[in-house]
Amino acid sequence: MRLVTAIIKPFALDEVKAALETMGQQGMTVSEVRGYGRQKGHTEVYRGADYVVDFVAKVKVEVAVDDLAVDKVVDAIVQAAGSGKIGDGKVWVTPVEAAVRVRTGERGSDAL
Amino acid sequence: MPALNSGDTAWVLASAALVMLMTPGLAFFYGGMVRSKSVLNMLMMNFICLGVVTVLWALYGFSLSFAPDTGSGLIGGLDYVGLKDTVAQLAGFAVAANPDAGVAEVPWPGPDALPILAFVMFQLMFAVITVALISGAIADRTRFWAWTAFTAVWVTVVYFPVAHWVFSFDGFIKSDSGGGWIANADQLGALDFAGGTAVHINAGAAALALCLILGRRKGWPKERMRPHNIPFVLLGASLLWFGWYGFNAGSALAASDLAAVAFTNTTVATATAIIGWLLVEQFRDGKPTTLGAASGAVAGLVAVTPAAGYVGPLGAMAIGLIAGVICSLAVALKFRFGFDDSLDVVAIHLIGGIVGTLLIGFFGTTSVNALSVDGVFYGGDFGQLGKQAIAAGSVMLYSFVLTLIIGLLIKYTIKFRVTEEAEVDSIDEALHAESGYDFSTLGGSGGGTGGSIGAPSTTKVPATAGKEG
Repeated sequence: MRLVTAIIKPFALDEVKAALETMGQQGMTVSEVRGYGRQKGHTEVYRGADYVVDFVAKVKVEVAVDDLAVDKVVDAIVQAAGSGKIGDGKVWVTPVEAAVRVRTGERGSDAL
Repeated sequence: MPALNSGDTAWVLASAALVMLMTPGLAFFYGGMVRSKSVLNMLMMNFICLGVVTVLWALYGFSLSFAPDTGSGLIGGLDYVGLKDTVAQLAGFAVAANPDAGVAEVPWPGPDALPILAFVMFQLMFAVITVALISGAIADRTRFWAWTAFTAVWVTVVYFPVAHWVFSFDGFIKSDSGGGWIANADQLGALDFAGGTAVHINAGAAALALCLILGRRKGWPKERMRPHNIPFVLLGASLLWFGWYGFNAGSALAASDLAAVAFTNTTVATATAIIGWLLVEQFRDGKPTTLGAASGAVAGLVAVTPAAGYVGPLGAMAIGLIAGVICSLAVALKFRFGFDDSLDVVAIHLIGGIVGTLLIGFFGTTSVNALSVDGVFYGGDFGQLGKQAIAAGSVMLYSFVLTLIIGLLIKYTIKFRVTEEAEVDSIDEALHAESGYDFSTLGGSGGGTGGSIGAPSTTKVPATAGKEG
């Protein structure tokens, strides 16, 4: 099992969700996050005074997937979230040691 | 003796209600500009004025401001303490005979006679918002009860006398009553239609004194304090604009041509001030901002306040444009001189009030109002400008010095400022045991976190997000 974590632009969320649904991936967890990468922040102006916003709003998508599906899921996210511009985000994959479905107590891949 | 004029009475009562709405409007204008962790405190500093000032006004404030003068035009008497002798009493102006215009003499209280209580309520709302205006200079760091005590003392020793100077006319409240030294031609005779001096210069000078006494917010100016809700600011500015029709057009104290003139001037000056402020931003910063549009509107409203019934529409447009440009540039003063006037009360109300008060000396014209004076651009001399400058300077000096004294007294007795811990964490939580916003499903304190990261929270995750497959 693997955990796919994607940091994407907020408005790309619907497309990412649709792409994952199309390929049969069930379930995802999203959270509103802030951060910066190469995009850096931006500058706002209030009554002539500059205000630098360091942390940009992003959405974090987390999907637990079976080993075999990892590449397909990553590709789908990258394609759905990509615009070719700086600030599109990042995707990374980490191993998952164990998983349990709370309702049934199923473990491992069955719990996904 | 004429009966009350029902049309005029209706307009003044409606105007009083309009002006009342300005204080909550101001609360939102200011509230949107502070950080999310202190929005409730900002709203409360404004709203409490409706409580405190109203009580004092009924007890003795109206009397000190508008009862017949006790001598020298400095303060009214105690005839109306507790609003006694105000029920079923009229106020107004007698009309002198003018055979040339075919006007016969009308004895006091004249054809525009109002119930005194309608005037009491109308003027109350001016007192309320004048104090509330000051709060913007000391946002994010003021103890609530200390502020409340300040409002009570300040209206008593600063506003009530100054309102008498500026708004109390000879022979208005009683046929033989004397008024204030600024308003009446037998003394200074400066023109201030709706309170450029008594309201805006007065509040602006007090704001400067208070922000000096309280000191800077922790981190300012190195750390910039980002407004947390610009839509609130525009909403508040719009409510102010709406209420300002009562403020300015209501100050005609009659449903008359003069009220329509003031209404028109208020509108066109606000329009040009928005444009003026945005042009400065475009040239200086490269972008016109929503905060700038809201600020420009308020600057225009402030500047046209003293002039509304004394200038023509073109004069009002010029006054608005000049105020929009100057007030926008004046925001830089606090960075230049290092005083943390948090929400720019000095730049908008003190400077805007001075601009409007002085420009009457240039744009005043008797063609709109027989009580006006022809200014420099309308064939007049510089005499009126001098009077306007004396009025503006006197109110500014009086308010600044008295506010310094009151502020220092409060600072060294009951303390004016919250603890550093409360200021850093959340003044709303520390003082009011509330938080303005709770977007968190975990029930935590949503108030503090939103501002501390300091990034926009405009992103909304769709409602379906987070629900497992």
